[in-house]
Amino acid sequence: MAYNVKDVVANKPSRFTAGHRMCAGCGAPPVARHIMRALKPEDYAVVAGATGCMEVSTFIYPYTAWTDSFIHTAFECAGATLAGAEAAYQSMKKQGKLPEGDTKFIAFGGDGGTYDIGLQSLSGAMERGHDMVYVCYDNGAYMNTGIQRSSATPKFADTTTSPAGKVIPGKMQWRKDLAKIMVGHHLPYVAQTLGYMNFKDLYEKAEKAIYTEGPAFLNVMAPCPRGWGYPTDQLMQINKLAVETCYWPLYEVIDGKYKINYKPAKKLPIEEFLKPQKRFKHMFKPDNEWMIEKFQKEVDSRWQELLDLEEITNRD
Amino acid sequence: MSIRERLSGNEATATAMKQINPDVVAAFPITPSTEIPQYFSTFVANGTVDTEFVAVESEHSAMSACIGAEAAGSRAMTATSANGLSLMWEMIYIASSLRLPIVLSLVNRAVSGPLNIHCDHSDAMGVRDSGWIMLFSENNQEAYDNTLMAHRIAEHKDVMLPLMVCQDGFITSHAIENIELVEDDKVKEFVGEYKPEHYLLNKEEPIAVGPLDLQAYLFEHKTQQAIAMKNAKQVILDVSKDFEKMTGRNYGLFEEYQLEDAEIAIVCMNSTAGTTKFVIDNLRKKGIKAGLLKIRVFRPFPVDEVAKSLSHVKAIAILDRADSLNAAGGALFEDVTSAMYVNNIHVSAVNYIYGIGGRDTKADDIESVYTDLLEIVKTNKIDNPYRYLGLRKEGDK
Repeated sequence: MAYNVKDVVANKPSRFTAGHRMCAGCGAPPVARHIMRALKPEDYAVVAGATGCMEVSTFIYPYTAWTDSFIHTAFECAGATLAGAEAAYQSMKKQGKLPEGDTKFIAFGGDGGTYDIGLQSLSGAMERGHDMVYVCYDNGAYMNTGIQRSSATPKFADTTTSPAGKVIPGKMQWRKDLAKIMVGHHLPYVAQTLGYMNFKDLYEKAEKAIYTEGPAFLNVMAPCPRGWGYPTDQLMQINKLAVETCYWPLYEVIDGKYKINYKPAKKLPIEEFLKPQKRFKHMFKPDNEWMIEKFQKEVDSRWQELLDLEEITNRD
Repeated sequence: MSIRERLSGNEATATAMKQINPDVVAAFPITPSTEIPQYFSTFVANGTVDTEFVAVESEHSAMSACIGAEAAGSRAMTATSANGLSLMWEMIYIASSLRLPIVLSLVNRAVSGPLNIHCDHSDAMGVRDSGWIMLFSENNQEAYDNTLMAHRIAEHKDVMLPLMVCQDGFITSHAIENIELVEDDKVKEFVGEYKPEHYLLNKEEPIAVGPLDLQAYLFEHKTQQAIAMKNAKQVILDVSKDFEKMTGRNYGLFEEYQLEDAEIAIVCMNSTAGTTKFVIDNLRKKGIKAGLLKIRVFRPFPVDEVAKSLSHVKAIAILDRADSLNAAGGALFEDVTSAMYVNNIHVSAVNYIYGIGGRDTKADDIESVYTDLLEIVKTNKIDNPYRYLGLRKEGDK
């Protein structure tokens, strides 16, 4: 059946409920809510959260926003924690200790808890082949602790540990390509997505990730109004510009084969994405055009690489 | 009829784990505990157990996976040593705060640095206030027996705390000694099935585990852990009594060896107790009233019982196989002397740091401690309570 956002929202009650304390204009809650909606209503889920904005805002004792079972242990080990729960499921199921029905395993971690401190735990869980989905909601910095740079922070971004100063103009390194690291694990399903065009891409990839047997990884861009510096009502516009400039391409890798899910008819210049965000403000000062040029060059080169990978991996 | 065997401490532990047949084992290799997951993965590969073996990429993930597995509703076990436990440290606290009765076999080894692979208790001492029950074992038999009792203690509704069974690296873990094993079916019946009250995989009652727990509740939750630890003492005694009914082997909070009429006594843990017993037997032949108090239950620390048991002796030496580097004595010394102080019992006490990094502790060393104690009794004087045993002296080669 073709995706219809109204049907999905109407027919699948939210498993990530209202009342959580995430910021207005944050990209993460719609991501979590929509991914949880991709579960079949009859399937149950165990959700793990890495320490981060989402975890501390959705599970403050004695309240929880999650209607399925949820576990949080620490910052760097959502992968291993959920892997343990999944191993328990496999073992108990095999021994007949659990009733009929399927349980799915989904982890949520921010970019700090995934690209950086949690990379080892994630890599281990994926390599061992646990039947689980790891979702990174990537807002490109340690937002929970107050906007510190991570390896997912884009170059030149002004953060509290890579401030745009008189000598050093923001973060000086390019961002890590985590989706590709996950592809290097030879997983059955890896995808990069965000909330755009009625969340169709996000929903369909979540569904595939959850219902592909074995380990799956979703990298989901989730803008942060506090860290990026955009008005809270501009969330969806920022998402749109990320895709239309090819800053955040939508693609999936199924058993090693790349598929780009959306190719803009006319790629927008990167300024369109950078300009509405305060973290890139210094790039638009006189004499700083070189930063925009460099940024554009990097976006172009990564986009071309993706086009090449799609071509190469789909050759007969 | 029990089964007579010859096993190393690691083999004995792996055998106990096989008989317990836990749902999940998540472990990472580290000397000298590596053999435990090694033997165990053979049981898994041969279908001897129903366990899901998770060969994690670090000890941090080993404990994280055990937490996930135990919270999910299964029985989870692991084994480690030294730096492995150090790497787990963050998760060790989380395991106990989530009230998950995980069982860990700790094969004691010196924590780096510098790097050393041999026995001391610095790994265990680093987690002594983490909310884990800690049982120490003199030999392979005790490591085996403590492991068989572990789940009954940890999973008791008044306790619900993780538990670690300690044994000395190499000295116990790799030395092959005689052992009496319990039959598989008897173990199965003794350990019983794990039926958690709340667990992640119960779709009838979804739960949330590990919240952000702020000023309004954390204090009460930590206090509940403290109460559970106090409760553990009676549960350990009850389970040990049941174990005695099955095996005839008697276990208490600690073992008293020739202590009843002793004038001088040593307090120590793990394999050094064996050497100490040998020395006591020799001294007794010479008419010297030497005794031993061997701690089995280090956490919860049996404060009143230890104080009472030592109240009649004239001088005590407390042996710590880990230096606290605090200019105030080792951890066991502090616990024992504090226990006596609050019980208003004053006995001359000295501390010896010994056996660091696997330094051999010989019968002569232990005998020298008793000689020192006799001197203290005679002179009623302690020039320095913080001493070292077996340390190189200037000019030693």
